[in-house]
Amino acid sequence: MTAPFLPPRQIFWTRRRVKSLLVQVVFLGGLAWLAYFLFANTTANLQRQGIASGFGFLSQRAGFDVSLSFLPFTSDSSYGRAFWVAVVNALVLSALGIVLATILGFGLGLARVSKNWLIARLATVYIEIFRNIPLLLQLFFWYFAILRQLPGPKESVVLADLVFLNNRGLYMPRPQVDQGGWVIMVCFVAGLCMALVMTLRARQQRLKTGHGPKSWYWWPIGLVALPLTAFMITGASLSFVIPELRGFNYRGGMLMLPEMLAALLGLGFYIAAAIGEIVRSGIQGVDKGQVEAASALGLARRDIMRLVVLPQAMRIIIPPLATQYLSLAKNTSLAAAIAFPEIISIVAGTTLTQTGQALEAITLAMLFYMGVSLSIAAVMNFLNYRVLRHGN
Amino acid sequence: MMKLLTATTAITLAGTGLALAGTIDDIKARGHIQCGVTQGVPGFSNPNDAGDWTGFDVDICRAVAAAVLSDADAVRYTPLSNTERFTALQSGEVDILSRTTTRTLNRDTALGLNFAPVVFYDGQGFMVRESSGITSALELDGTTVCVSAGSTSELNVADYFTANNMTYEPVRFEKADEVLAAYDAGRCDVYTSDLSGLAARRLVMQNPAEHLMLKETISKEPLAPAVRHGDDAWFDIVTWTVYALIAAEELGVTAANIDQMKAEGSPDVQRLLGSSETGTGEWVGLDNDWATRAIAAGGNYGELWARHLGPDTPLKLARGLNELYNNGGIQYAMPIK
Repeated sequence: MTAPFLPPRQIFWTRRRVKSLLVQVVFLGGLAWLAYFLFANTTANLQRQGIASGFGFLSQRAGFDVSLSFLPFTSDSSYGRAFWVAVVNALVLSALGIVLATILGFGLGLARVSKNWLIARLATVYIEIFRNIPLLLQLFFWYFAILRQLPGPKESVVLADLVFLNNRGLYMPRPQVDQGGWVIMVCFVAGLCMALVMTLRARQQRLKTGHGPKSWYWWPIGLVALPLTAFMITGASLSFVIPELRGFNYRGGMLMLPEMLAALLGLGFYIAAAIGEIVRSGIQGVDKGQVEAASALGLARRDIMRLVVLPQAMRIIIPPLATQYLSLAKNTSLAAAIAFPEIISIVAGTTLTQTGQALEAITLAMLFYMGVSLSIAAVMNFLNYRVLRHGN
Repeated sequence: MMKLLTATTAITLAGTGLALAGTIDDIKARGHIQCGVTQGVPGFSNPNDAGDWTGFDVDICRAVAAAVLSDADAVRYTPLSNTERFTALQSGEVDILSRTTTRTLNRDTALGLNFAPVVFYDGQGFMVRESSGITSALELDGTTVCVSAGSTSELNVADYFTANNMTYEPVRFEKADEVLAAYDAGRCDVYTSDLSGLAARRLVMQNPAEHLMLKETISKEPLAPAVRHGDDAWFDIVTWTVYALIAAEELGVTAANIDQMKAEGSPDVQRLLGSSETGTGEWVGLDNDWATRAIAAGGNYGELWARHLGPDTPLKLARGLNELYNNGGIQYAMPIK
């Protein structure tokens, strides 16, 4: 009789699970120690030099003005409010930039794979130019070489006596509703919800039974007809405030600052070039057999793209698209170089210098960019998950 | 921005000995002074054709270097923006900030700075185009104003417009030359800064004659060199070097006659120049010739003024408040005794 097979005796800490646990504990401990060391050392250094620290300054009066703010802000507002003003400015710029870059980028991507020689070449030229010049340089180009060369307010470029373009910005008429404005807004929102619900219901029915009612007409009803009816019933009158030259500048109307316009054009056109390439690669990444099968079924060219190619291409497009959106949101920081009042300019610039609290200001700025990046990543991950699950 | 991040990191990582007592030992060991200056303001700190930094603020650093290291050229200059300047000083990247910086309570306390005596009494003013027809700051309602981000000017202009019930739109750049370029290109109706800064920057405009300075001065801007909290010995040396330069003007000691004065001057002169029995060197921690070297480096306070800012320079500034106390101004050295 042979001795039964005995596994070699294992020392407790060489077991795989224990070992990996140990490594992780040591690593985390080291990380925690490092964080503690940095924090304690910084606090000690600041204290020794008698430099104020902490976030108490956020409730103090800021004392400076900003050129662009979507929140009420005066020099009597606090540094905390200034931070939120900067956050909103950066978010608005990011959102507008993403819309511009997406529309332009998808157009470019489709143009790149177009059978029309001229359109395809033009798209290639655009992409090669805008993709290969550094963004900062493009911002300078729009701001210094184009918008700054515009004439002063008195010699503005005038379009139909309604729109005025000069080196102080782009002035446009501002719509103004005298009364019942909120009723119209409520009707608009209600119409939007209605159209959305009807479309989704129709879609569900179509997926379930293969037949669904047409639903497109709910959109003009909800978004146009309903608010228009409300407008007529309440007897509100719509007027436009047209900007007029008073004193040194135009007053009234809507103003798009040259800093904002340059930042938007710079960011939008730059990221659009990258999105164009992503869309092209997505379309070309769809198996050729799919297109052939679709045309064998007799689908029109337009429908092949819309129903067969693009839904599959989206699976390839969305992950790198998310990266481009992230990059656009983070690159809004470059707009500080052309005096657009965003985080770097207001928080890591003026607030930092006026309070002298460099660490706190830089920390706030970093938290903002991290928060925005993580949010965009979360939204895009959700979209990606949907596309993988449902196909569109 | 990069400088700002490195300086911020320095505060986080520096060991316990960060830039406290021992600035003088550090300076002697490395053989030069690190002096924080502007990114280029004619008359105050600006590189000349040969690439050497020159100007009023630069000569203050040179005088300190002469006193401490016996060599006025033993200075390295770090150009700093408004935003970078305080962090660079706090983190030890520069030993002294000689950079048209206004002394304020907040900077003196919360920012951990110590200010040496005021070297230039300034005030904030406005520059406009002559063609605009503006003659008074009270006519500025509704204008667009170019201002440097992170400056006291930015705060003063907000206060001034609020106090006078006027509105304006600020255009804020971090770098001074960008502010100027924006105004020069017509982005703004008004350019506001310290009066000395306006005069200096006017020199580099496309057409200086088309612009005029309004008569109002809306703030007090005492410009002074600054050092870090926590090193009193170094603070003393910077403080008394500035006083020595002013005292030299009061006593008529110039770079040219300093040797003669040292031999034959009054007791006050002898004490200042360290030629009497009671030299002052031991008290400031240097040898008795420290003030002689500081004055010989570039001349007395009045000579520095005349060379960089006065009527014979492109800036053509009047001494005004910066004249000595016995000559109609408020500039005045504490007794060197």
